[in-house]
Amino acid sequence: MFFVILAPLALAALAFADPLQARRPRALLAGGLLHLAGVAFLWIARPAPALGGWLELDPLAKVVLTMISVLFAVCGVYAQGYLARRPDRDNRVFVGGLLVLLSAMTVVACSQHLGLLWVAIELTTLCTAPLIYFDKSARSLEAAWKYLLVCSLGIALALLGTFFLALAGAGEGGPRSLLLADLVRAGGALSSPWVRAGFVFLLVGYGTKMGLAPLHSWKPDAYGEAPGILGALLSGGVTSVGFVALARVVQVCSAAGEGAFARDALVGMGLLSMALAAVFMIGQSDFKRMLAYSSVEHMGILALGLGLGGSAASGAVFHTLNNGLTKGVLFLAAGNIHRSYGSKRVEDVRGAARRLPVSGPLFLAGFLAVTGSPPFSPFFSEFSILNGAIAGGRFVVGGLFLLFLSVIFVGMGATVLKVVQGDPSGAPEMHHGDSWLTAAPPLFLMALVLALGLFLPQELKSLFDAAAARVGG
Amino acid sequence: MSAWTEMVFILLVVFDFFLLASSRLKAVIRAAAAQGALLSVLPLLLATDKAEIGHVLALSIGALVVKGVVIPWLLMWAIREASIRREVEPIVGFIPSLLLCAVGVALAFAFSSAMPLPTPEKHGFLVPTALSTVWTGLLLVVSRRKAVSQVIGFLVLENGVFLFGLLLSDFMPAMVEAGVLLDLFAAVFVMGIVMFDINREFSSLDTEKLSALKD
Repeated sequence: MFFVILAPLALAALAFADPLQARRPRALLAGGLLHLAGVAFLWIARPAPALGGWLELDPLAKVVLTMISVLFAVCGVYAQGYLARRPDRDNRVFVGGLLVLLSAMTVVACSQHLGLLWVAIELTTLCTAPLIYFDKSARSLEAAWKYLLVCSLGIALALLGTFFLALAGAGEGGPRSLLLADLVRAGGALSSPWVRAGFVFLLVGYGTKMGLAPLHSWKPDAYGEAPGILGALLSGGVTSVGFVALARVVQVCSAAGEGAFARDALVGMGLLSMALAAVFMIGQSDFKRMLAYSSVEHMGILALGLGLGGSAASGAVFHTLNNGLTKGVLFLAAGNIHRSYGSKRVEDVRGAARRLPVSGPLFLAGFLAVTGSPPFSPFFSEFSILNGAIAGGRFVVGGLFLLFLSVIFVGMGATVLKVVQGDPSGAPEMHHGDSWLTAAPPLFLMALVLALGLFLPQELKSLFDAAAARVGG
Repeated sequence: MSAWTEMVFILLVVFDFFLLASSRLKAVIRAAAAQGALLSVLPLLLATDKAEIGHVLALSIGALVVKGVVIPWLLMWAIREASIRREVEPIVGFIPSLLLCAVGVALAFAFSSAMPLPTPEKHGFLVPTALSTVWTGLLLVVSRRKAVSQVIGFLVLENGVFLFGLLLSDFMPAMVEAGVLLDLFAAVFVMGIVMFDINREFSSLDTEKLSALKD
């Protein structure tokens, strides 16, 4: 297990030390492939908990880690093409930062200790903030500053929440530990007002990291200004580990008998996120910002699924996988379109399907997948969340869920079709067509999303159920 | 001993008010430094027989060096380097922010008297002081325009979190505590780098100018 954490770190050190601009992106590829190989080995080897139980590959960790690993490897291939097109920008920090991010995300996914989890989440923020500033423009600087400030505040509050939880278990006979297993075992012995207060702070803290409304203010700016590859990793990877962190906290709350309170808060925030995304998606004139609001929506769906519990929670775990892969398709395709037109404004970009024969249609297919059209896999995970809502008798929640999904479909569709359809002649031209290095990676992810929709192996299905059962409810 | 401890807590809250009321940037940085230095006394004053002396000293000296010396020095260096004008530019005026702070302190005391401490042997002022300081930090971050003021706000917030962490210092592993100090350092350091570039890009450290991105 240490291999998948330390290998990217070692490569990051190499990348920082490497003086050759052109050779550095290969560290990304190597890191992605090594990590993927390591994760594949972990699937076969089923390792025991490491570091005194602080790191363990439980079902939720397995799903999220696998998704991140695949996404990163694909982005590693894409980076070869992308960074070759940007020889003017120093990529030392970019390559190194991404590799540190991979390592930090691995730690978050596997962490069974809330303190370690917090440190790793903090690390994901620190190493991504400078990357948003890759373009070195005033706009990307503004985005990086907002991201850093909002997320550090969130993380400081999450630490306070973690302290609250530690204090909840500090009484006579309490666990006096932040190990998940100890906290869950202690259950009712935890002081419930402190668990409740701790949950509020942790929800605000990790909710900021996930980008749940109304804590999402950094998201449109950061995703709008970051390079496509970073957008893919932020919206697929970093937000997913934020979800993992929140799921761990809910696990503790359920064990302490505060599950109902936590779940209601999550359902409320989930619906609010979807509503807000729907409002801002309509008439959005910047297609990268549109993707950011789509990410707010999907974080809302995840929170909703987690809050509903049961089969909806299992659907939420499945949706983490689908959202990560589909966001990879969308951000990488959007990055290609942005490079080709030199603009991300809808009024400048048209006819992407003709000019970019792979990325244009992929952007459209990604849109269909992310809004939950069959036969792509997000349809099935969203369906199982809806199913959970109806089965639990939460008809209003289910109805609102469907309403927001359809509004978002229409709003997002209008923007996507404007970008993809039409005649590209006369639109700005940067002479960056599709090359196999930049077009094949999102195509591969799209194929994965389609394959997961057509056929979901039983083993994966039971993995989702096991992960949901651990969270409880 | 106990009278001294209470005095320290009261002084910490006084610093909260001072931070919000002061209009000069250097004075605010000094106050944040003094608050950090004052914090570093607390691990020694509050140490019980159960605590290991090594951890107590590490916490105290770490807080003194990082919160009291290094980061304020970095901030001073940043304003000298970027030749920032010395006034704090508040979005919310000084009197309203003082009133908000007073409300926050009152709420913090109300909150902590409503919450039974699982560790009754700890000092009763610890929780309300920590929460008041967190609240002050949040107020500073959202109500000040200058990037430097926002960083100070973040520092004050972290001071509050550190104060709360003292409740747990008997049994929490040292790693978590070290992580706190390290991350704080790293956060401000990175912020400082970004700030330096903000200055070059906009020739002022006014975050109001960072408003091109909106819907």
